[in-house]
Amino acid sequence: MFAYIVKRLAWMIFVIWGVMTITFFIARVIPADPIAAILGPQAPPEAIEKERARWGLDKPIYIQYIRYIAGIFRGDLGVSLRTRRPVLEDIKQFFPATIELAISALFIGVILGIGLGVISAVKSGRPIDHLSRIFAIVGLSMPAFWLGLLLLLVFYYTLNLLPGPGQLPYYLPRPPRVTGFLLIDSILAHNWTALKSYLLHLIMPAFTLGWLSTASITRITRSSMLEVMREEYIKTARMKGLRETVVIMKHAFKNALLPVITVIGIRMASLLEGAVLTETVFAWPGLGRYATHSFLSIDFNAVVGTAMLMALLYSFCNLVVDILYAYLNPRIRYV
Amino acid sequence: MRGLTWRDVARHVLRNPLSLSGLIIIILLILLAVLAPFIAPYDPFATDPLQKLQPPSTKHLMGTDGLGRDILSRVLYGTRISLWIAILILVTAGIFGTIVGIVAGYAGGFLDNILMRITDIFMAFPRLILAMAIAAALGPSLTNVVIAISFGAWTVFARLARSRAIAVREEDFVEAARALGAGNLRILFKHILPMALSPVIVQATLSMGGIILTAAGLGFLGFGAQPPTPEWGVMVSDGRNFMPHGWWVSTFPGLAIMITVLGFNLLGDGIRDILDPRMR
Repeated sequence: MFAYIVKRLAWMIFVIWGVMTITFFIARVIPADPIAAILGPQAPPEAIEKERARWGLDKPIYIQYIRYIAGIFRGDLGVSLRTRRPVLEDIKQFFPATIELAISALFIGVILGIGLGVISAVKSGRPIDHLSRIFAIVGLSMPAFWLGLLLLLVFYYTLNLLPGPGQLPYYLPRPPRVTGFLLIDSILAHNWTALKSYLLHLIMPAFTLGWLSTASITRITRSSMLEVMREEYIKTARMKGLRETVVIMKHAFKNALLPVITVIGIRMASLLEGAVLTETVFAWPGLGRYATHSFLSIDFNAVVGTAMLMALLYSFCNLVVDILYAYLNPRIRYV
Repeated sequence: MRGLTWRDVARHVLRNPLSLSGLIIIILLILLAVLAPFIAPYDPFATDPLQKLQPPSTKHLMGTDGLGRDILSRVLYGTRISLWIAILILVTAGIFGTIVGIVAGYAGGFLDNILMRITDIFMAFPRLILAMAIAAALGPSLTNVVIAISFGAWTVFARLARSRAIAVREEDFVEAARALGAGNLRILFKHILPMALSPVIVQATLSMGGIILTAAGLGFLGFGAQPPTPEWGVMVSDGRNFMPHGWWVSTFPGLAIMITVLGFNLLGDGIRDILDPRMR
């Protein structure tokens, strides 16, 4: 097991290096000139030259690359051309909001998805099963950004039941920044008004982001449960006279979990992708929105930094899934 | 696809109500896309300041947008764009991925290793993020959307084609071809490629929905098609400026995306069921 993890970790480092190299070259070999974009069309050529030198862009590309790699080892991802701050600082500022959103979304996805999937499998062929299958396939077909807009339209603009975009209303001051996680910070500050308001603001974005996960977790739970419930040992358990709930939860569900965990891991990784769209719709001050703005303004240090971080997280999620899988299913390790 | 012919697939798809409805949706969409110039009631680009932000009515079934353009006509033309982009992406990514895959699988050894490690690196990117980075670098346009999404989409095909190539490479007919003096290129394209083709085509059907969603997402974020192109993602994004009173501006294009993706997902599900009966 240990050797397996070491092997996978080494592999991940290689992949991250590859990802970084690719993004670096994508971001540098671009036709558009970010410096010209910053200084505006009227900037004199000397000023552009000076600015290029200041950012190290006058050096050959391989020198820029070596400098960039060296910087990473010092924890330096360069300075954002747009915010004029170190990219690492920007990431630190925006990342907590994304984590809070993603965890809430995953929570919704897992609870609803497993619940619906188990019910669907147990009541297979009945109306509730059909309903949840329709939900799952429609859910997978819905663009997250559109769902978010519809939710805003209904629950904010029309019914006014939930607050609109953002994390807090403009009149509520943000609790002092300690961890960067608004949830934790408002608890630390004993600011219950902010906490309540924040949780209400979180509902729609979390649901939007969790929707896709719910759909795919429902599907895999259902099919995995159905498969397990055909097994002989389930018949045996029933014949022993065990109560149906015990049979379902203890004998069937536990054994049906393996594929479910894989899908949860895959969803975890793709939550990052969904976060980009969800954060844009809900003006959520997270990494996804930061990435969108940086990418749109060809802020290359920020582009490489965020892309690298996202790929890192993505591979990390996949790694955790693989390790969990190997742990739960020892046959994998020797293949 | 072992032991299954295209005829079996077609029979299963037609028998299963879900995949059949998916197929019908897709056929209707293709018809709409082809016939768009004939059935669209208005010019999708024609602005009319006097008709701006009209709610749905008999005159404008889906209402009009902020510039007075008829949304139904724009949604109809959008069908062309979305389907066309998705097809171009699948063809680009499919061809590239398949070639990488069969070369890797057939060659084996060092070349296989290198090609598959590169594939892994591309798989480590969240697809939308990679597409955003490339679209941003190349500049937003429809052509660049195709390039950007293909960058992330080819990997699935490469893996699939590789596994087929490995399975086929030891078969007798390949041995026979080699014994007859066929060169590597000839074996690759005449004997291995045809065997890898059906799983690749099936995978392309399965990928279609996701690709349409990604393309629409890029448009929505501003990395894809640019206004005034009647692309669905761009239209949904445009509608945000008219919330809540002009709800129809983003609702209908979004609905169009959903129905299209649903059609492909339903069909894809049916096909997946045939290939993996356990999922039924």
